[in-house]
Amino acid sequence: MSIFEYNGSALVAMVGKNCFAIASDRRLGVQLQTIATDFQKIYKIHDKLFIGLSGLATDAQTLYQRLVFRHKLYQLREERDMKPETFSSLVSAILYEKRFGPYFCQPVIAGLGDEDKPFICTMDSIGAKELAKDFVVAGTASESLYGACESMFKPDMDAEELF
Amino acid sequence: MGDSQYSFSLTTFSPSGKLVQIEHALTAVGSGQTSLGIKAANGVVIATEKKLPSILVDETSVQKIQILTPNIGVVYSGMGPDSRVLVRKSRKQAEQYHRLYKEPIPVTQLVRETAAVMQEFTQSGGVRPFGVSLLVAGFDDKGPQLYQVDPSGSYFSWKASAMGKNVSNAKTFLEKRYTDDMELDDAVHTAILTLKEGFEGQISGKNIEIGIIGNDKVFRVLTPAEIEDYLQEVE
Repeated sequence: MSIFEYNGSALVAMVGKNCFAIASDRRLGVQLQTIATDFQKIYKIHDKLFIGLSGLATDAQTLYQRLVFRHKLYQLREERDMKPETFSSLVSAILYEKRFGPYFCQPVIAGLGDEDKPFICTMDSIGAKELAKDFVVAGTASESLYGACESMFKPDMDAEELF
Repeated sequence: MGDSQYSFSLTTFSPSGKLVQIEHALTAVGSGQTSLGIKAANGVVIATEKKLPSILVDETSVQKIQILTPNIGVVYSGMGPDSRVLVRKSRKQAEQYHRLYKEPIPVTQLVRETAAVMQEFTQSGGVRPFGVSLLVAGFDDKGPQLYQVDPSGSYFSWKASAMGKNVSNAKTFLEKRYTDDMELDDAVHTAILTLKEGFEGQISGKNIEIGIIGNDKVFRVLTPAEIEDYLQEVE
């Protein structure tokens, strides 16, 4: 069984009109056994930036702690919040540092950038960014999620519809 | 004074609480060629004298004002070679920031890191402080900014500042002439007039250097021809 499928996860992020939505499942499993149904996979970096981490749970938690550390230092030094685009470049660099011993995670980043323009992106476990204008998916259920998104997505949905 | 007994080692405080080597470094800066900077409402201008040791020197090969990033430039007073080392390090730091964040480095961050380098050389063994003060001019999201960095590693944001030989006259002149709502062109004129104050000999496009950055956020050094145009406007 693949290491990415050890704990299991499904993540999706979508863009709407001046808004975005990011969603995940809450199951934590060990292979086929479910051991928790309230496991957090989406974390807040700041009010306008969220990151979802799919894949191996331990790597997801450690990676999140490292990213929060970097962001807090950035906030102290530059006296401002990180823009989503900047943050995704940072995540990509951090993942690539471990190119030959990677974090087994696939992040999904969603945030509001300048003038509240929604921004979403995903990347693979070694930092290859994939920007999208409509939706991104990650995790073990990614293929079915792609199918669901393709059929249900339409551009410029408002917050209610997006939900 | 008892201080002179403590002037041999950089890393030893004198009884009066000073690091004498840094004082000497500031003297080195004070005997360098005058340079100044002015922050206008819509840009920044930095300028310096470019006195060459002989008429045989090819003045086109000498450039005292350097670009650190496309939107940040720097000029120095003091020892040229020391400034080259700092420019090199600053450029590298700016590029590293960009590689990590894919964003141009904010002016304050670059100044902070350059100042940290200068401070390192006041607290390590076997090295001496840099014999330069830098004036860093940049334009980023926070608007036009002008910073001065000293050999000790301290830095300040200035509306207008001068360094080098003629510093006290230049600063008095700037204090009288500076207004908060100055436009970039006015600032260039004021800069030229300030340089003229202490200039020995005939000022021309070939023996001063001017660098400007405006709302376009692109730092550039003016050509001698452009400087001549400004000089004529000032006459």
